[in-house]
Amino acid sequence: MAIADSSDGKPVSKKFSLTDVLWKILILVFDAIGIWFIVQAISLGYVELAIIVGIIVVAFNLIFTLDKGYPFRWMALGLAFLLMFNIYPIFFTVYIGFTNYGDGHLLTKKQALAQIQKVTYLPEDAKTYSWTAYRSPEGDYALWLVDNSDGQTYLAKPGEEIIPAKPGDPGIGEADKNGIPVSLEGYTRLSTLQATSNKELPNIKFGIEGEKTVQIRTSKEAAELELRFVYDDATDTVIDQSNGDIYFNKEGTFTTKDGKTISPGFRAMVGWKNFQEVFNSPALRGPLLTMLIWNFIFPTLSVLTTFALGLAISIMYNEEGFPLKKLIRTLLLIPYTIPSVISVLIWRGMFNTEFGVINRMLMDLIGVAPRWTSEPFWARTAVIIVNLWLGFPYMMLITSGALQSIPSEIYEAAVVDGASGWQRFWKITLPLLLVSVGPLLISSYVFNFNNFNLIYLLLGGGPPIPGAATQAGYTDILISYIYNLAFAPGGRGVRYGLASAMSLMLFIIVGAITLFQYRFTNMWEEVSENV
Amino acid sequence: MSNIAQTYKRLRSSQKFQKRFGVAIRLIIAVILIAFSIFPVLWIVSASFDNSNSLATQSLIPANAGIKNYQRLFNMDPNFSFGELKYWTWLWNSIKVSGINTILGISLTTMAAYAFSRLRFKGRVEILKGILLIQVFPNLLALVATFALVSNIGNIVPALGLNTHAGLIMVYLGGSMGMNIWLVKGYMDTIPRDIDESAHVDGANDWQVFTKLILPLMRPILVTIGILSFIGTYGDFLLARVLLNESSKYTLMVGLQLFTAGQFDKKWGVFAAGALIGALPIMLLYFVLQDQIVGGLTRGAVKG
Repeated sequence: MAIADSSDGKPVSKKFSLTDVLWKILILVFDAIGIWFIVQAISLGYVELAIIVGIIVVAFNLIFTLDKGYPFRWMALGLAFLLMFNIYPIFFTVYIGFTNYGDGHLLTKKQALAQIQKVTYLPEDAKTYSWTAYRSPEGDYALWLVDNSDGQTYLAKPGEEIIPAKPGDPGIGEADKNGIPVSLEGYTRLSTLQATSNKELPNIKFGIEGEKTVQIRTSKEAAELELRFVYDDATDTVIDQSNGDIYFNKEGTFTTKDGKTISPGFRAMVGWKNFQEVFNSPALRGPLLTMLIWNFIFPTLSVLTTFALGLAISIMYNEEGFPLKKLIRTLLLIPYTIPSVISVLIWRGMFNTEFGVINRMLMDLIGVAPRWTSEPFWARTAVIIVNLWLGFPYMMLITSGALQSIPSEIYEAAVVDGASGWQRFWKITLPLLLVSVGPLLISSYVFNFNNFNLIYLLLGGGPPIPGAATQAGYTDILISYIYNLAFAPGGRGVRYGLASAMSLMLFIIVGAITLFQYRFTNMWEEVSENV
Repeated sequence: MSNIAQTYKRLRSSQKFQKRFGVAIRLIIAVILIAFSIFPVLWIVSASFDNSNSLATQSLIPANAGIKNYQRLFNMDPNFSFGELKYWTWLWNSIKVSGINTILGISLTTMAAYAFSRLRFKGRVEILKGILLIQVFPNLLALVATFALVSNIGNIVPALGLNTHAGLIMVYLGGSMGMNIWLVKGYMDTIPRDIDESAHVDGANDWQVFTKLILPLMRPILVTIGILSFIGTYGDFLLARVLLNESSKYTLMVGLQLFTAGQFDKKWGVFAAGALIGALPIMLLYFVLQDQIVGGLTRGAVKG
C-alpha cells in the first residue's frame, strides 16, 4: 500500500477530492487577506511589517501547495506566530534602537507627509464666495456658497465634498428673493446676526481637507483654502507655498536653514545617536551605572539566598519518617502557588513605612522603623526579602528532587572513610547537586535579572536616584528602566528609540548568560544527536 | 563484659537523645519557616474581613470583622467608590485570555511537536536549533518593538491592535510557542515509535496516528502543560499592562495594580478581598497538581 511510506512526509493520494478543493479555497482566501494587509501596510509606510507578512504568505503558499511542504503543514501556524511575535520583534528592536521613534516622531514618514500635505492656508488672493449658514439640531453646520466671480452656487459640509447645487434640488428648499434656499433638509437657516455672532463657524473647514476646502474669512466672505506644503520627492524637501520657505529632511523633522520645523515629525534613522547619548550624558550614564551594578547584584543575591534556604529545608526535612513531613512541605509551598503579582502587591502593603505591619511589629519589638521606600539600602533589603519569600519554595522543590537522586552508597562510603557531616555536604552533596540543578539556577538567575513584576510592583523601582535625566530609582533594573522610558516617562515624553537601544544592551547580557547555560547543559549537542 | 554492654547501652540512649533533640530543633525551625511562609496569606485574609478597610488599623484578628470589603469589591457599597473598579470584568478577561491562549497554544504546539518528533524531513534539526537559539531572547525584552508591532497591526486591522484581547493573545502565543514545542516534543519522543509504525502498517495516516494514538497517550501531560500555561498567562502583568489601556479590557493582574495608585492604605481591605479571590483558584490548581508540577520542574520550565 502506498500509505505505508506516508511517514516519510509524502502525501499519499493524488486523486481529486473535496478536501483538496476546500484546501485550495482556504489558501486563496488566506492569500486575499494577506495581500490586502500588505497593501494597507505599505500605504501606511510599515515596510518592515509588509515584508514579514509577505514572507509568511509566500511560505504558506509553498507549504500548502507543494508536496515537499507536507511536514511543514503541521507546524505552519505555530511557526508563523513564532516568527511574527517572537523573532520579528527582536529584529524590530534592533531597528528602533537606531531611530528617533518616540514623542514627536511617532509616525512613519508616509503618515507624516500625508498629514503635512493636508495643511491649508488662506492666501491673500484666494477665490472668494459669499455665504449663508445652516445648522442641524445636532449642531452640524452647512454652508450655501455663491461664487463671487461667476455666481455659481454650491453646498458645502465639513468632511464632505463641496458640490454644485441649485435651490429646489432634492433636499434643498426653495429660493428666497436673493436666490438663497430658505432651508436645507435636516438643517435650519441661521439669520445674519446668528451667523456672524457664532463663535464656532469661523473655525470650521468645509469640504474635504487636502482637496477643496472653504473657510469663512469675514462676515460676508468665505475663501477657498489652498494647500500650504508641497513635497518634492526628488530632493526630499517640503516647500511652504505661503512664503516660499524650503524645509529639509533633518533626522525625521522637516527643518528650514534657520531652524523652523514642521510638526509632526516622523521616525527616521539617527545612527548611533541613542547609544552615544547613553554614554555621553552624565545624567543618563550615572544612574545607568548604578542600576547596572544592582542589576547584577540582585539576581546573584536572590539565587544565593533562595537556593540556600531551599536546600536547607530539603536537607532538614528530607529524611524518611520525619514527623509531619508532608504538612510542613505543603505549608512551605504556599508562596509558590500565589500569582507573583498578587504576592508582591501584598508585600507592598506590608512594607508600607508608616502603616505597614512590618514596621509596626519592628517598632513594638525593637523600636526601629526602617524607611523601606525612601532609603536605598532598606529598599534593596526589602526587595531581597520579598524575593526570598517568593523563590525559596521553588528551590526547595528542585533540590529535594535532586537530593533523592544522589545514591546513598556514596555517603556510606564517605562515612566509612571518616568524613564528617560538614565534609559530606561540601564534598559530595553540593557538587553533585549543582550538576543536576545548575542549569535551573542559571534560568533562575536570568528570570530574576528581568524580574519586572517584583521590582516595579513592590517599590516602583524607587527610591529615585537624584539628578537622573529620566525616571530611575535605586531598585530599578534595566527592564523596569526601559519600561519607564517607553511607557511611563512621567512628562518627559516617550523614548521608544532610546528604550530599544537599552533593550539591545539587555539582549546581549541575557543572551550571553543563556548561551553559557546551553553550553553547560550540552543542550546544543543533544539536538544534533537526538534524531 | 557487662562493662561493654553498659557503654553500648549508654551510647545508644545518647544517640537516641541526640536524634530526638535534632528532630525537636528542626520542628522549631519548621514553625518559624511556616510562619514566614504563611504570614502574608493570613494577613491578607484578615484584612479582607476587616471592615475598616485601612492598612493602619488592621490587626491579625480583625477588630471590626465583617464582609463589607467583599461588598465594596463588587460595587455594592454606595459609600465606597473607586473610579475604575470592575472586578468581575477583570476576572472574566483573565480567564478568557488565559483560556483561549492555552487551548490555541496547546493545539498548535502539539501539532508542530508531532512533525518534529515523528516525521523526518530536511531542515528539521536546523529549525529545532533555531527555535532554541531564539529562546535566548525572552520576548519580554523586545517589549517596545512588540508594542509598536501590535500598534501598527491595529492601524490596519483595529480588532487585532492595541487594547484588544486578540492582540494580546497573539503576542502570548508567539512568545510561548518555541519553548512549548521543545517541551511537548520532548515528551512525545518518550512514546515508542513502534506503536505508530505498526499503525502505519495497518493503513493509518499521520492524522489518524496523531489523533487516535499520540494524543490519548499524551493527554495527562498535555493537561499539566495546559494548566501551567493557563497559570502563567493568568499571572502575566507586563505585556497586559503595556498592550491594554482601558479599564474594561484589563486583566485581573493589571486591574489589581490600580489599587496601589493614590492611597493604597485606604483601599487595603478591598484590595485584600480582590487579591484573595484572584489567588484562590490558582492555589487550588497547584495543590491538586502538586506531583505533576514537581515532575515537570526538573524537566524545564513552562512558559505562559
